[in-house]
Amino acid sequence: MSDVSSPAAHSHAHGGEADASLAGSSRALWKSLDQIAPETNAAAVRDYAERQHPSLLAPLSDPFARRDVLRLLGASVALAGFSACTRQPDEKILPYGKTPEALVPGKPLYFATSMPWASGAIGLLVESHMGRPTKIEGNDKHPSSLGATDCFSQASVLQMYDPDRSTTATRAGRIATWGNFLTDLTGQLATQVGKQGAGLRILSGTVVSPTLAARLQAVLAAYPSAKWIQYEPIHRDQARAGALAAFGEDVVARPDLAAAKVVVALEADFIGGGPSSVASTKAFSKARRARKSKPTTNRLYAAESSMSLSGAMADHFVAVRPSELLAVAAALAKVVGAPFGGDVGAPSAKAAAWVSAAAADLAAHKGECVVIAGDAASADVHALVHALNAALGNVGKTVSYFPPVAPVSIDQTAALRELVADMRNGLVETLVMLGVNPVYDAPADLEFKAALEKVAWRSHLGLYQDETAELCLWHLNETHYLEAWGDARGSDGTVALTQPLIAPLYSGKSQLELANALLGKGGVTGYEAVREHWTAALGADGFEAKWRAALHDGLIADTAFAPTSVTLRSVAVSGSTAGGMELVIRADDSTFDGRFATNAWLQELPRPLSKLVWDNAALIGLATATRLGVKNGDVVELVLGKTTVRAPVWVLPGQAEECVAVQLGYGRTRAGSVGNGIGFDAYPLRTANGQWSAGGLEVKKTGDTYHLVSAQMHNSMEGRDLVRVRESGDLEGHGPHGHTEHPTVWTPYEYNGNAWALVIDLSSCTGCNACSIACQAENNIPVVGKDQVANAREMHWIRLDRYFEGDDFDTARVRFQPVPCMHCENAPCEVVCPVGATVHGNDGLNEMVYNRCVGTRYCLNNCPYKVRRFNFLLYQDFVTESVKLQRNPDVTVRSRGVMEKCTYCIQRISQARIQAAREGNRPIGDGEIVTACQSVCPADAIVFGDKNDPKSAVSAWRAEPHHYGILEDVNTKPRTTYLAKVENTGADHKG
Amino acid sequence: MQAAKDPAVQEHHALAGDRQDLPVIAPGHTLSSITDKITSIVLRRDTPLAWAASLAFASTGLFFLAISIAWLLAKGTGVWGINNEVGWGFAIINFVWWIGIGHAGTLISAILLLLNQQWRTSINRAAEAMTLFAVACAGMFPLLHVGRPWLAFWLFPIPNTMGVWPQFRSPLLWDVFAVSTYATVSALFWFTGLIPDLATLRDQAKHIWAKRAFGMLALGWRGAAKHWERYEVAYLILAGLSTPLVVSVHTVVSFDFAVSIVPGWHATILPPYFVAGAIYSGFAMVLTLMIPLRSVYGLKDFITDRHLNNMAKVMLATGLIVAYGYVMEAFYAWYSGAPYELAMINNRMFGDAWKSYWALILFNVLIPQLLWFRKVRLNPVTLFMISIVVNIGMWLERYVIVVTSLERDFMPSAWADYYPTKWDVMLYVGTVGFFFFAFFLFIRFLPVIAVFEMRTLVPARDPSAKKGVGATTSSNKEGAHP
Repeated sequence: MSDVSSPAAHSHAHGGEADASLAGSSRALWKSLDQIAPETNAAAVRDYAERQHPSLLAPLSDPFARRDVLRLLGASVALAGFSACTRQPDEKILPYGKTPEALVPGKPLYFATSMPWASGAIGLLVESHMGRPTKIEGNDKHPSSLGATDCFSQASVLQMYDPDRSTTATRAGRIATWGNFLTDLTGQLATQVGKQGAGLRILSGTVVSPTLAARLQAVLAAYPSAKWIQYEPIHRDQARAGALAAFGEDVVARPDLAAAKVVVALEADFIGGGPSSVASTKAFSKARRARKSKPTTNRLYAAESSMSLSGAMADHFVAVRPSELLAVAAALAKVVGAPFGGDVGAPSAKAAAWVSAAAADLAAHKGECVVIAGDAASADVHALVHALNAALGNVGKTVSYFPPVAPVSIDQTAALRELVADMRNGLVETLVMLGVNPVYDAPADLEFKAALEKVAWRSHLGLYQDETAELCLWHLNETHYLEAWGDARGSDGTVALTQPLIAPLYSGKSQLELANALLGKGGVTGYEAVREHWTAALGADGFEAKWRAALHDGLIADTAFAPTSVTLRSVAVSGSTAGGMELVIRADDSTFDGRFATNAWLQELPRPLSKLVWDNAALIGLATATRLGVKNGDVVELVLGKTTVRAPVWVLPGQAEECVAVQLGYGRTRAGSVGNGIGFDAYPLRTANGQWSAGGLEVKKTGDTYHLVSAQMHNSMEGRDLVRVRESGDLEGHGPHGHTEHPTVWTPYEYNGNAWALVIDLSSCTGCNACSIACQAENNIPVVGKDQVANAREMHWIRLDRYFEGDDFDTARVRFQPVPCMHCENAPCEVVCPVGATVHGNDGLNEMVYNRCVGTRYCLNNCPYKVRRFNFLLYQDFVTESVKLQRNPDVTVRSRGVMEKCTYCIQRISQARIQAAREGNRPIGDGEIVTACQSVCPADAIVFGDKNDPKSAVSAWRAEPHHYGILEDVNTKPRTTYLAKVENTGADHKG
Repeated sequence: MQAAKDPAVQEHHALAGDRQDLPVIAPGHTLSSITDKITSIVLRRDTPLAWAASLAFASTGLFFLAISIAWLLAKGTGVWGINNEVGWGFAIINFVWWIGIGHAGTLISAILLLLNQQWRTSINRAAEAMTLFAVACAGMFPLLHVGRPWLAFWLFPIPNTMGVWPQFRSPLLWDVFAVSTYATVSALFWFTGLIPDLATLRDQAKHIWAKRAFGMLALGWRGAAKHWERYEVAYLILAGLSTPLVVSVHTVVSFDFAVSIVPGWHATILPPYFVAGAIYSGFAMVLTLMIPLRSVYGLKDFITDRHLNNMAKVMLATGLIVAYGYVMEAFYAWYSGAPYELAMINNRMFGDAWKSYWALILFNVLIPQLLWFRKVRLNPVTLFMISIVVNIGMWLERYVIVVTSLERDFMPSAWADYYPTKWDVMLYVGTVGFFFFAFFLFIRFLPVIAVFEMRTLVPARDPSAKKGVGATTSSNKEGAHP
């Protein structure tokens, strides 16, 4: 390298004499990198150049392309002045609904698209500012969304702008191009043609895209001996096996949670777990809503080994060991009278009491109840649940059966096992992996990594240079779903098109495009492929209109599945309750299976029940913790067979005793600056036969401690009137009641125009955090990191308070309470600000004037709700270019030293106000303004509007008998108020 | 024992409520011995090694101050331990602590002057200097603790084109006025009182630059009768202005808390209890400074046991008021029946904050009860130790009020703990360093005791010396030209 720098240094040093001395020195004149670098140094020079100019060097290394580089260099200089005239692709995308006539700067456009998800995609509307997608909203026309979304889809927009994404294709770690790949692939495929593709394997996640599935099947048709394997860590193999056992065919049971009066959930989380739960949450919350007109709610029984969001919602919850679940299901079946064969023993006394209460309730509600089982429940449990629903006469009423979402539904574990065996036996020569990371997330006992190394030609398409990419010859940078064309089925079968919101940031390729390449059509774009597929499916006749409608609405009409009629076979089960400690394995609420480990929004989102951030933990119950002599933060060794994993302990209610629950998705090694080294990796404990739970666990105390950070330090309400609870049917209830108001020394404000108010229904709220993350996306809220959260400096404008209520740790009831700014009419913060940076708006908003704030933090101290957030350090990232693109241009990006807090999405209020003023000063209609938290809420628990308008929804909610405000005795007169949590425990049914 | 027989001195003893036979100045002093003794500390040519070492030690604190301010400005208030639940921490604790310390100086110079307490004479100069430096230390914190210190001037009502004014309902704004007024009046009072002595120094100084420097600062004082007359009027006016400040400044500071709604802050007893606490801590600090000072510089003749005794009594009295405040705080919480107040006092006494609360009770209430004993009051060692204990106790009091109230307020979900960081500590140590640095400079370059006032305590040849302040000045007409 010294040779490279010396001529420059030389000329600097000698100034005017440089020419002469250079002329006299032959070594100072050079023409190419090779010339100046000695032979031994060539690699280093190349490395350096690659790092500095990756895009230039790739063609440079290709002798044929060198001239092209020069040609392009010249052209780009000549065209520099016309950079705005980039030719747009001929791919028509249509703005949704309220479309401005043209792109108006400052006015966002909304495009319908869909986010693929293994258990069913979700239809979305994506807000786009001048070509930049900034915010995800639900598509109210799409049955999987109905206008709402979940945490993962909210955070997906940040993933697209993630600076750690893979930005280029690489071959053996060196930068390469799609063209290089196609050449290489063609060579590989040529060798496979003769063998009918016997050495070709395609490994993907669960494919819910009809087009992609069709293309991959076309590949299999061209190479009949090739195999396509789908493996997703969070799969439905056991549900599938259960359906096969019960009905002889693979069907999906879809409960109608809005209709069922009694719901019994066995290890079934229909609230958490991603986009496919949005619709079920919506339906459940409909039955959960209690009003004057309908004061009763449904009743939920849940039996789980590690409490999920559904378990937290349950009126009657019982923690059961995974091995005990079958006994619980069998006991239910016995009482209800559902026939089955086999003996599985009896559940424990605690579970038996729960069973008798649940079974009695089920029996009393035949045809209007439903029993559901989750992915983690065994095949036998699923089969029993099918038998139970049949015996209860629920089929066709509260539960129906549909084909699986994935066009090709397989036993994923078996398929992966077979693939690994083939790889180990050297049968696999060409492996193409589509958006998967099996080196990290395949069952540990399959030893995927060792087998992978026996495959000669392995390629990986993925968003990240992850653990699998590292071991592959080829890595191709994948497009994010917001950058690519595609289609995807929702959980009810409805197909939504995935239309790109932006051209690929890093010229990536989609899975569909790679599938095309496998068919030798590497030049066919995703757009062409999707259109081609649907032209064939919908018919060329009138296709254009249908296509435009599908793009506009975000779904292809009439693609929902029709219910399948099934016949129940006789069900036989076997199994017994295991002794010793058991391991429970679950997807994480933030990283899911690890795919979101790189997402800082999700990492910092407190996990709904533990409120932990930036970590996973071994969750255990209090009795087990006492027996083991461990407390929060103690590191234990989890020993399962020959595998040992070190994990910090977190003691939490709702955990089955003698069980340890771990979450997947942490301890990643190639997840970039955000995800690397966070938490512990639980995958080594996950074997192919024990993907959700395993017996024979040993737990050893190590004596080490680990700093786990929980966003909420205190878990008890201390008897304060914060979350009011009412019993179904009696909204007036007993205990604290109504509203309190005291005199004030200040003249009360008058609100002659609008008076904005927000009401949160605590009966509906599931504590899923979607509001928190939607607010973060909408309002440019920064992420602060684990250390800052440890010091109570998280910035979420709406936080989810989670209390445990009850004397007994094990039976503690979970209480969720979203807390945004209360926008008090007597705001304590307003009077104490010395510079008037927080002031009262004429519509009752408590407004923050960032420009004026000097940061005394007096308002924060004086806020009884502690909803104010201070920028103690420079939390905003003003440096990373890609992250800047995500920001909402309508919201100030706050810098250091400034206070901030919930504004009721004042930018949305202003948009509506301006719109109304332009339309002849008309009043703003009810529902015209939707706050980010309200819009995202899958439980419809939040309503916003004008309390001066007696007909508004918010006024109706405020008139409910169980409406109340928190800390009203402090005389703050909050504008954000609550509807008491209505439970349906039923004293006479108490289990 | 001439002094004791002097009827004027006896009269002062009676006024001070002290029936003990302790002089305010040791016997045997003459006008010139006083002048020489006090001015020699300033005018000696050789710099004492101990002083240089002390100054060097204090400057390490100054160095900490510079580093911690620089880091704070570079990174933001996040370098401290405060958080979204506990918005105020060390900065506000230290602010209140320093402001409180200042109060003794003002009380000694203004109120005791107006009450004709002659024993104040030998300690008022140093006490006023202490006030000034303490206020300077205090003043740093409100400025530095804001998120954007470069915009802190917005707290002043400066006319501007936008027509934006500060918010006059905020106690922080009242603070700005209270503290800036206090700082201004204290500085003027101190400087005005120094003028005759500066003239004495000018006249006594041998070195030309010392003469020039003191000459400039003396503002042309010649000791003319007209000068004395104007001086006297000005000094009395300033004393009159300072007097309400003794009460008002800490009352306003207490409003920062009392006007808020935070349980543990929101209490009507806070203003009187803060004022008493301020005087309490101020006298403790005066003792902390004076006891070593008088022995190191051989000033026991001027700062006598009588002074120590009286100051100890003031401490005892104010300490009892403070103790009453603690009792009332607990009583209010219980009597109000408000769950938040009850939880607050419960947390302080028996909850997570019990250590700091009971340490505070021990330091501020229990240990100072030793001052009931005359032996303890007259023993400089025990008195010095008690003064240190009270200084710490009063700091803890502010810690308990500021931090523990915020740590456990209305929403249990938002409860959080506060842990100071090294930068919190360093800035605090830095201001202590600054305080002593300034004080050591003051000892070396200005007379620590008011020379001309001390001379009035010499048993008079002039009968007019009996008439207190007015007489003091007239007897000093010649005093400036010894």
